[in-house]
Amino acid sequence: MDRKALELEDIDIAWCPGCGNFSIRNILMTALAELDVSPEKLVIASGIGQAAKLPHYIRTNVFDGLHGRALPPATAIKAVNPELTVIAESGEGDMYGEGGNHFIHAIRRNPDITNIVHDNMVYGLTKGQASPTSRRGFKTPVQVDGTQHDPFNPIAVAISLGASFVARAFAGDVDQTKELLKKAISHRGYALVDIFQPCVTFNRDNTYQWFKENTYYLDDTHDPLDRIAAFQKAIERGKMALGVVYVNRGKKTFEEKTGVYEADARPLFMRIESRTEKLRELIESYRN
Amino acid sequence: MKIACSPGQANVIGSCLHRCGTSRNAETNEGDSGNGQDSMNRAARTIKGEVSIAVCGEAGQGIKIVEHLLTKVLKRAGYNVFATKEYMSRIRGGSNSTEIRVSSNRVAAFVDRIDVLIPINRATIERLRNRITDQTVVLGEKDTYSDVSRVVDIPFGKLAQDVGGEVYANTVAAGVVTALLDVEKGILDSYVRQLFSGKEEDVIKRNLAAAAKGWEIGGHLRTSGELVVEIERSGTPSDELLLNGAEAVSMGAIAGGCNFIFSYPMSPSTGVLTFLAQHHSEFGIIVEQAEDEICAINAGLGAWYAGARGMVTTSGGGFALMTEAVSLAGMTETPIVIHVAQRPGPATGLPTRTAQEDLNHVLYAGHGEFPRIILSPGTLEDGFYLTHKAFNLADEFQIPVFILTDQFYIDSYYNIPAPDLSLLLNNACIVETTEAYRRYEFSEDGISPRGVPGYGKGIVSVDSDEHDEAGHITEDLSLRTRMVNKRLKKLELIKQAVIAPELVGSDRYEILVLAWGSTRNVICEALSDIARKDVSLLHFKQVYPLHGSVAEKLRKASKVVVIENNATGQFANLIKLETGVDVSKKVLKYNGLPFSKEEIVEALLDLR
Repeated sequence: MDRKALELEDIDIAWCPGCGNFSIRNILMTALAELDVSPEKLVIASGIGQAAKLPHYIRTNVFDGLHGRALPPATAIKAVNPELTVIAESGEGDMYGEGGNHFIHAIRRNPDITNIVHDNMVYGLTKGQASPTSRRGFKTPVQVDGTQHDPFNPIAVAISLGASFVARAFAGDVDQTKELLKKAISHRGYALVDIFQPCVTFNRDNTYQWFKENTYYLDDTHDPLDRIAAFQKAIERGKMALGVVYVNRGKKTFEEKTGVYEADARPLFMRIESRTEKLRELIESYRN
Repeated sequence: MKIACSPGQANVIGSCLHRCGTSRNAETNEGDSGNGQDSMNRAARTIKGEVSIAVCGEAGQGIKIVEHLLTKVLKRAGYNVFATKEYMSRIRGGSNSTEIRVSSNRVAAFVDRIDVLIPINRATIERLRNRITDQTVVLGEKDTYSDVSRVVDIPFGKLAQDVGGEVYANTVAAGVVTALLDVEKGILDSYVRQLFSGKEEDVIKRNLAAAAKGWEIGGHLRTSGELVVEIERSGTPSDELLLNGAEAVSMGAIAGGCNFIFSYPMSPSTGVLTFLAQHHSEFGIIVEQAEDEICAINAGLGAWYAGARGMVTTSGGGFALMTEAVSLAGMTETPIVIHVAQRPGPATGLPTRTAQEDLNHVLYAGHGEFPRIILSPGTLEDGFYLTHKAFNLADEFQIPVFILTDQFYIDSYYNIPAPDLSLLLNNACIVETTEAYRRYEFSEDGISPRGVPGYGKGIVSVDSDEHDEAGHITEDLSLRTRMVNKRLKKLELIKQAVIAPELVGSDRYEILVLAWGSTRNVICEALSDIARKDVSLLHFKQVYPLHGSVAEKLRKASKVVVIENNATGQFANLIKLETGVDVSKKVLKYNGLPFSKEEIVEALLDLR
């Protein structure tokens, strides 16, 4: 598909010059075009924050909801119409902080959606406070002595919950990230892609250079089907692994588990038929 | 502006747990019978026209089974039945009771009066102590209840042991009552078999034996004249439905096309989630227990966005967590049906009790300004038809629509004729999109055609930020003003669709009693008992927005009285705010129990 199908005209992008979001938008559009995902069949659900503005800059169906709440509507949208390609996308503060409970339970439900998390280790739109993934000692106007807590580890949490697909990417690496996104979107089941991304305005610690120096790509020796090996990669000290860390094959998707598509594959919006007969039967059973 | 809310002007009812059984119903109940055994047995009594039976015991002692057996069997036998329960927030122990009214007329209200009391254990009657009068007949071991004036000696414990153990005492009791009401034994046996059909054959046999023992005793009481209950059977109830509020609302949801529910269990709202779960496969409903109420409603909005008809069911505390998403529904103009079953607050309050305290909560929930509709069923029929209607109203106006019930409504059973399904049309409001489609296109009435993703060539974009017609984030402030006006413009159409309040009684009233939701039936029964031509009831099934005729109806009355289950008169205050009419008196109750008929009778008789 021509990438132009995903271009929106007359957009006024609200991101800072040099922001990693530009790169993620660009890579995502290329990945979607290469996968032939047409805008009419694509829904991006997002929350609130700079990252969550992304669907407004792509030609796609959009559900831009509340802070931290992209996953519940994304799960519902896919469940109601499995013919759609559904992406839940936002920043790490939104997905892992405000929406942490949904992150856990979306993994358990395993809807066939892709969860893209822009992870820049800082809050941008509220002007530079620590985020759940900020490193210890990260100083901000609120965390005046530096962040006291250990960072949230989304990769380890997702693997511990048996997520069906867990990957980590770096927005600075266009080709690798594009391939990871294509794998995640093609994967059947919940797919997490945590994308490291520098914030050029509020995070002077975790720069492009820092991410280059503190990450490495998993090679063929890593077997993503090996959960223990994957967990070891997720919690190892030092450089952080990029690539597909874990794949849990054979999990049923949430849509399958609902049971409503067993006899009828049509999405729910096509099923506005009368229930009168069945309802009458049900009501009759209350006569006795 | 003067709103009657000083203690002197408000009647507060129920400061003790239950009031004493005053206002006996002379027409339907007699005192001692003329039976010759009177002098021999203080228990002797003939009850005519209607009987109120209370069963009490600990949680886990099978009160539910007695309630289930008696309501089903008695309805099948042609009696009108009503059952309501009050219970503690625990799984075992405590003290719970069920009241079952059996009548020749339709009944659907809680009464203080207890004609026949069946205590499964001694300790639990203490909570009902001030409802036990010298007319109350207690069925139980004479020695255990020596302090009660009328006891019919039935050794439930021993009888139950005889058939296999104490657990069968409740089935013995059900047998006694069905025989007292002269029900064919075959009906009782078939319901015992049905109720225990999932159990081992031995358990079924023992329950049948227990029912037979009770049946024998009840028959003896009736024929000997020791305890006689004479109630005419009309025949129609046997062919009617026996439902509770949760079932009425759930069936209404199915009728309204509900095919998606994410919710988090919370008393007393869970029955709706349970019902839809149990019938999900036959109706193709996606049912999921959410991790919290925030997930529940945000998923519900996602479901409507993608073309489903979703609802959530919750109570006050759970709804508090949903309020941000109510605002999201307002901003994105996404329909949603929200069932709130009220219970007393604040905070955890009384989890298993009843109240009408959350009118303001749902009326003002959500930041910012946007239209909404609040419906509040009074009858079981209302629960069915209004919930059906809620889905169509939500779809048509693209707004949140509330069904506001309460514990009393949700947990009470009675027989009703089957609803007329031929009237229940569902309007599918979804449009196929074209390439030029814009979700928030300006229109004359404020309603933009609603497309869904994947249906047509267009793109459907919804945004919690202020947005342009295409649904994209904007900070254009003149566009902002137009969008606010567009959303609020829908109110004009919504007001044209408001359900008019129901006038019960003469339209030449002096005193007009206002009520909403679950208090309807008790006020209707009380009004019919007192036969005051100058007092009528105006009952609201839709509490917001109010119907255009309300102010005029209020001005016709010399006195306006509001009856509601809360401490501050929330509906009375809304009436003043919306109509400018002063409410002269408020009759309020907020101890966690529903109004009894006796309380309402007394309050109505006091009106001058």
